[in-house]
Amino acid sequence: MTRVRRLVVVGAGLAGVRAAESARQAGFDGTITMIGAETHLPYDRPPLSKAFLDDAEPSVPELVIGDELGVELLLGTPATGLDTAARAVLTGERRVPYDAVVLATGASARNVFEPDGLTGVHTLRTRDDAVAVRRALDAGARTVVVGAGFIGSEVASGARRRGLGVVVVEAQPVPLVRAVGERMGAMCADLHRHHGTGLRCGVSVAAIEGAGHVERVVLSDGSVLPADLVVVGAGATPATEWLDGSGLELDDGVVCDETLCAGPPGVYAAGDLARWPNPVFGRSMRLEHWTAAAEQARVAARNAVDPAAAKPCSTVPYFWSDWYGRRIQFAGIPASDEVRIVEGEPGGNAPLVALYREGDRLAGALTVDGRARVMKYRALIQRGASWEQALAHHTETNRQGVPG
Amino acid sequence: MRIIVDRGRCTGQGMCESLVPDLFEVDDDGVLELKADAPPEGRLAEVEEAVACCPNVALRLER
Repeated sequence: MTRVRRLVVVGAGLAGVRAAESARQAGFDGTITMIGAETHLPYDRPPLSKAFLDDAEPSVPELVIGDELGVELLLGTPATGLDTAARAVLTGERRVPYDAVVLATGASARNVFEPDGLTGVHTLRTRDDAVAVRRALDAGARTVVVGAGFIGSEVASGARRRGLGVVVVEAQPVPLVRAVGERMGAMCADLHRHHGTGLRCGVSVAAIEGAGHVERVVLSDGSVLPADLVVVGAGATPATEWLDGSGLELDDGVVCDETLCAGPPGVYAAGDLARWPNPVFGRSMRLEHWTAAAEQARVAARNAVDPAAAKPCSTVPYFWSDWYGRRIQFAGIPASDEVRIVEGEPGGNAPLVALYREGDRLAGALTVDGRARVMKYRALIQRGASWEQALAHHTETNRQGVPG
Repeated sequence: MRIIVDRGRCTGQGMCESLVPDLFEVDDDGVLELKADAPPEGRLAEVEEAVACCPNVALRLER
């Protein structure tokens, strides 16, 4: 096996940047080339739907790539193909040769409504999207959010903070069922209603209409919502079009093994596009979470530069979302054998902790304003703790009092 | 060997806490509290793992 001298990272988001850093931390002293589709320097995405919409002076935190890392950045350069036989990433006419490559092109927001020349209809994925949404909110837009996912919910929260009327439209009867299950999804719905956000569940969007700029959203039940801003939060699809024809197995993401290797020698994947068997749960997963992107990037990069010592990527899913000044955090998977609220109550202002059981095991934990609590449960899930152990942990922390 | 937190980078997500819950603790305001200044005897590997796992690269070990 030849030594890895040239590492190419495709994607300049969190996974890409962390991959470059992790390769250096692992002692890799060859060349690193990072290829990014956007012209902006790498930036951090979670704030785009949170602080960036809310703060008086919004800024987008850069993901700084220190000079000492010696990374060659090719920005505004979408990758167009991967030649695994000749070991090169294609960017149009150019070929960027690699010994090892980390695929980290992330995901693209699903826009189910072709804007059709209509302005004021946005997804929220990139920095440019966030600037447009923020500008519309600042201008006092009547807002309709399509899809009651986390990003859409954060936009609704940003609209209410400005006192604007906002309606969230969700096709499912309860929001966030796949993310947090039915019971906690209903709690999230109540959080919206409590803060004056209109929530229309079980209806879909029939049409988005206007003359030049959006003026109204027509729903499947015939009702009409006036709108100056429509944010479509319909999820994301892995950005793998550029890998069509590469020979890699693509199935809702790049299919990888436990070490995040995508099959051909030297090809690894990290972040939103990686589908891999997660040893913690013994099942195939594709995660669109910020922390998973960082963790996978670290593992993928280390394995890419030192394949002989490749290690599996084992991580407990985790995400957070900020609504109406409250923080929702979720670790694990929303198993449905049992959901037990062990602290607080839905609709209350105190911290809430809900635990999710799968068989006799703790599978997930959701907290609202429970920053001092959630990671202890994540630790238990990572260790494969039983349901009994989880309940005992809860009893124990209640007896001692939670720090902070 | 000391554990150093870069407060400018830490966002209190607590990945470190989920790996080594008795040494790293995030409070309800999201502020990370170190329960030890240095890795305890025999636990360097765990602490190194927690440091490496920080998604914000806010942790480091200093000799």
